[in-house]
Amino acid sequence: MKKLSIILAVVMIFAFASMVMAQDDFKVGMVTDVGGLGDQSFNDSAWRGLKMAEEEFGIDINVIESNSMTDYVPNLSSLAEQDYDMVWAVGFLMTDALTEVSKMYPDVTFGMIDAVVENPNVVSVTFAEHEGSFLAGVAAAMKSEKDVVGFVGGMEMPLIKKFEAGYRAGVKAVNPDTKVLIGYTGAFDDPGAGKELALTQFSQGADVVYHAAGACGIGVIKAAQEQGLYAIGVDSPQFHLAPEHVLTSMIKRIDVAVFKEISALYNGNFEAGHRPYGLNENGVGLYRPQAKKMLSEETLEAVDNYKQQIINGEIEVPTSPEDL
Amino acid sequence: MLNSMIALLNTTLRMATPLILAALGGVFTERSGVINIALEGIMLISAFMAMAGSYLTGNPWLGVLTAIIFGILVSLIHAILSISLKADQIVSGTAINIFATGLTAFLLRVMFESAGQSPSVTDVGTWTIPIINDIPIIGDVLGEQIPFVYIALILVAISYWVLFKTPFGLRIRAVGEHPAAADSVGINVIKTRYIAVLISGFFAGLAGASISIGLLDVFVENMTSGRGFIALAAMIFGRWTPQGALLAALLFGFADALQMLAQSIGLDFIPRQFLLMLPYVLTILALTGVIGSSEPPAASGEPYEKE
Repeated sequence: MKKLSIILAVVMIFAFASMVMAQDDFKVGMVTDVGGLGDQSFNDSAWRGLKMAEEEFGIDINVIESNSMTDYVPNLSSLAEQDYDMVWAVGFLMTDALTEVSKMYPDVTFGMIDAVVENPNVVSVTFAEHEGSFLAGVAAAMKSEKDVVGFVGGMEMPLIKKFEAGYRAGVKAVNPDTKVLIGYTGAFDDPGAGKELALTQFSQGADVVYHAAGACGIGVIKAAQEQGLYAIGVDSPQFHLAPEHVLTSMIKRIDVAVFKEISALYNGNFEAGHRPYGLNENGVGLYRPQAKKMLSEETLEAVDNYKQQIINGEIEVPTSPEDL
Repeated sequence: MLNSMIALLNTTLRMATPLILAALGGVFTERSGVINIALEGIMLISAFMAMAGSYLTGNPWLGVLTAIIFGILVSLIHAILSISLKADQIVSGTAINIFATGLTAFLLRVMFESAGQSPSVTDVGTWTIPIINDIPIIGDVLGEQIPFVYIALILVAISYWVLFKTPFGLRIRAVGEHPAAADSVGINVIKTRYIAVLISGFFAGLAGASISIGLLDVFVENMTSGRGFIALAAMIFGRWTPQGALLAALLFGFADALQMLAQSIGLDFIPRQFLLMLPYVLTILALTGVIGSSEPPAASGEPYEKE
């Protein structure tokens, strides 16, 4: 018993000491969505943002990967308990978890990706996917020779509808007569269904298909490759899947946004609140290197023109297909 | 119009192929009296192994072979648990399904240091059937397809023959209907059931390979997306026969293809969710006896205790 208490005391002293020592360092952590690191999508992108901050400021960074949705609260709390200066919740599935945890730790600063949590210690970063998708629509409509293009979505929910709305508006701006075929797979993890849906759209005359369907999109790109036609990717560049058949990708610069917020906190000019990243902030946009390879000079110019018009407020991009 | 019809039938065949293969596996195991809801998990592991085999050897057919070997190995686990150890067959199947999700995600990280998806590998390509390919319309559908389409169709015929025209098939059906009677005439119930479950592993292995390196050329986490369970529904709707499973799987594939086409051409007078639901409504109706009667093998799900 006595031995045990000595051991306990020693452990406590070390724990306390390390806590005191740790307070000297600036620490930023993030909790991934169930997709985890290596998803080649938003989790990886957020982690790149943390790494950029590590290089720039020499801060300590850490990541916890969630295995299931029930891990969100414990993972977020665990980083907050360890006196992290800033903790990121990546992905809209974590909205409820962060709402709860950010209230429990009012002294810790939190970041939320893809959703809004209105607590005084949270900065919420969202992206204008509809604006980026508008440009994808412009590129698709200009590339299409048959004036028929397609869209493959994952689950039918407001976030994905935002992609659809922007894309359709972009197509319409270039050519009101271009037909847009719309399809939803009803899942994010069924590439087989994604491929068949894209093949169906190709068989109906589409020659460019844009997707916002997670892993289903891998099937969409494979379908384009098989048919010798074109796909537009999403989130990450995605051209490695079929270099000659991916026109470009609508990418969300989560890394840029995360880095910006960390720098603000590190430099002492941080403000909580909602930060929408659109074309103006370079938060969304088409993946340039691949677009340069696959699209004509004329198309690239048109994309830039529309981009400027959206930034200037001359074009208002709808966020839901009902507003088209 | 004709083009749309051909595209519709093509999609139907491709969507149905993994279902046909897995449902055939289901027919064998359930006919012998062992419920195998692990088909889903076996398919997922096999889909991964097919990709891994093709990735490591560069030969997609070695990938298919790897998938079959692992399909049989994993089904062996189910056989040992549910036949020899007399564990609850549903629990064993569920455990294998959960194990499969974790194992494939883990192996993906170990092999490629990335989550989500594997790199592209060599797929099995397509087969062209000479004479059929020249027939109008039929040739557009059946003339050139992924090999698994033809393999599945041939295996339906072989399965029918084995189950209903051979002594071995009779033994399988006997141990599923009345194991004690089968035992009394000298049929080795345990051995017969083992073989039937391993056959289901073979079929689920092929089904998994047909998704990862047949329909596609990559492995994606959880890419089977419940097709193992849909195959079980097809097996039930097909009244535990290979030919019935074939028709049911084609119907399910057709419903899927139809909703894809309806969405794409903007036909929305029938909600697509309704079309997606339809096969399962039919399955439920079949189970409740509203459409014909669907009686499972009498000893299905019951471990055999020698008296």
